[in-house]
Amino acid sequence: MGTRNYRRKTSHSEHGAGDGGRTGSWRVERPVLDPSLCIPCKRNKEACFICWLFCPDVVISRTIPPTINLEYCKGCGICAEECPTKAITMADEAKFAEEDKE
Amino acid sequence: MHIIENGNAAAALGVKLCRASVIAAYPITPQTPLTEKLSEYVELGEMKAQYIPVESEHSALAVCIAASSAGARSFTATSANGLLYMHEQVQWASGARLPIVMCVVNRAVGAPWNVWNDQQDSISQRDTGWIQIYCADHQQIIDTVIKAYWLAERVSIPVMVCYDGYILSHTFMPFDLPEPEQVDAFLPPFKPDYFLHPQDPANLNTVTLPDVRMDVRGELAHGYMEIRCLLQEDLRNALQTAAEAEKRFAGFFGREADPFLEPYRCDDAEHVAVGLGSITYQMRVCADRLREEGVKIGVMGVRYYRPFPDEALAAALKGKKGVIVVEKALSYGYEGALMSDLKSALYEYLAGTGSLPVVQNFIAGIGGREIRTDDLTQTLRAAAKGRVSKEPVWIGLRL
Repeated sequence: MGTRNYRRKTSHSEHGAGDGGRTGSWRVERPVLDPSLCIPCKRNKEACFICWLFCPDVVISRTIPPTINLEYCKGCGICAEECPTKAITMADEAKFAEEDKE
Repeated sequence: MHIIENGNAAAALGVKLCRASVIAAYPITPQTPLTEKLSEYVELGEMKAQYIPVESEHSALAVCIAASSAGARSFTATSANGLLYMHEQVQWASGARLPIVMCVVNRAVGAPWNVWNDQQDSISQRDTGWIQIYCADHQQIIDTVIKAYWLAERVSIPVMVCYDGYILSHTFMPFDLPEPEQVDAFLPPFKPDYFLHPQDPANLNTVTLPDVRMDVRGELAHGYMEIRCLLQEDLRNALQTAAEAEKRFAGFFGREADPFLEPYRCDDAEHVAVGLGSITYQMRVCADRLREEGVKIGVMGVRYYRPFPDEALAAALKGKKGVIVVEKALSYGYEGALMSDLKSALYEYLAGTGSLPVVQNFIAGIGGREIRTDDLTQTLRAAAKGRVSKEPVWIGLRL
């Protein structure tokens, strides 16, 4: 099912991070994870992962600690909203602009 | 088998023979008897298909787009304002490269409200990326529907099969009904390269960025412009596939014709009257009369309007003194759309050769105004004598 040829004639994207382009630059706020509050980090156990489950762009990994792919994270803030222990907070992207320069 | 039926029934029989498996349509005059016929076939179990009644033409084509994306051979039909209401989905179907076949039973568009025949509806959809074929009789309607599916599925581009409302849709004519086994052999079941399937999920035609991008497999995926350029390339190449369709069809059914043009008494003609659809057959009567008077005139029916057979048309008109384009539609503010396209083809292939014909444009039958053969003959007679006007001239106008 599915030949490369036909797929290339249409706009066809598959399930996975970043198939809509490098959307990280759209971000106004950046999600920051505090491992001291994060359930899998604290228990060193595969647990919770609500951030991974809810991320609409599939950029959060199901690992300990969960990692966020900032190339593609649009900064929607759903992970921060859903995190039951408030381990993820949204920080102003301008704050990181200086750091990124260095 | 020869039968006598109306044009809408010819289209419905074609769709049935092609084993379309999803039909979605909203009734509109003069297309209604076509969809009624199809719903009857489905209801009686003569056709194994899902007939989906919808609340609008926009939804009708949306259903076909979804069905075609899932691998079903889909059909819809409409006319006039129904087609205009569908316009957004018309563009979508071609951009998504879905081989849907749609019959457009040509009718004038409102305002003012009018249910009679002209071709403003389908001509206004010229730039939507669909293949457009015009039929001049019932045999062409049924044959074109069958060829249209073969062509559409080879090039992944939707096809509009256009025929004049009432003049063809509601009149009865004898035609050959192809044998079902023959049609099955000509047109194998629809096997798309890709179709939506739970095991192979995908996003189709979501926001596509201006630039190219890396896809999830790490391969470079096209941006919007590449996808659109491929549609244009494939539409131009579809002329070749259309010629193959014609050859293949002739092998099965014995009816072979030039795929793009339908010339009548053109070989020794000094003047050629050009048109789309049933009016070209009426002009044959005029040409016969004028020939008796000694006017060397022929008629050229243009069957494919998009992709435009520019090279074939220019070659066929090379060396003629005059070309008379008679149209049932108008690009308001300029001239007939076929007129403009034809002139650009002549410019491309004949400019500088010293054999550019004089080209004139006539507008006829707008909103179903009767085209009297006497008037048409008189028009062609006058046009053959010399240029009547730079602007399009309306035939039968009482202003």
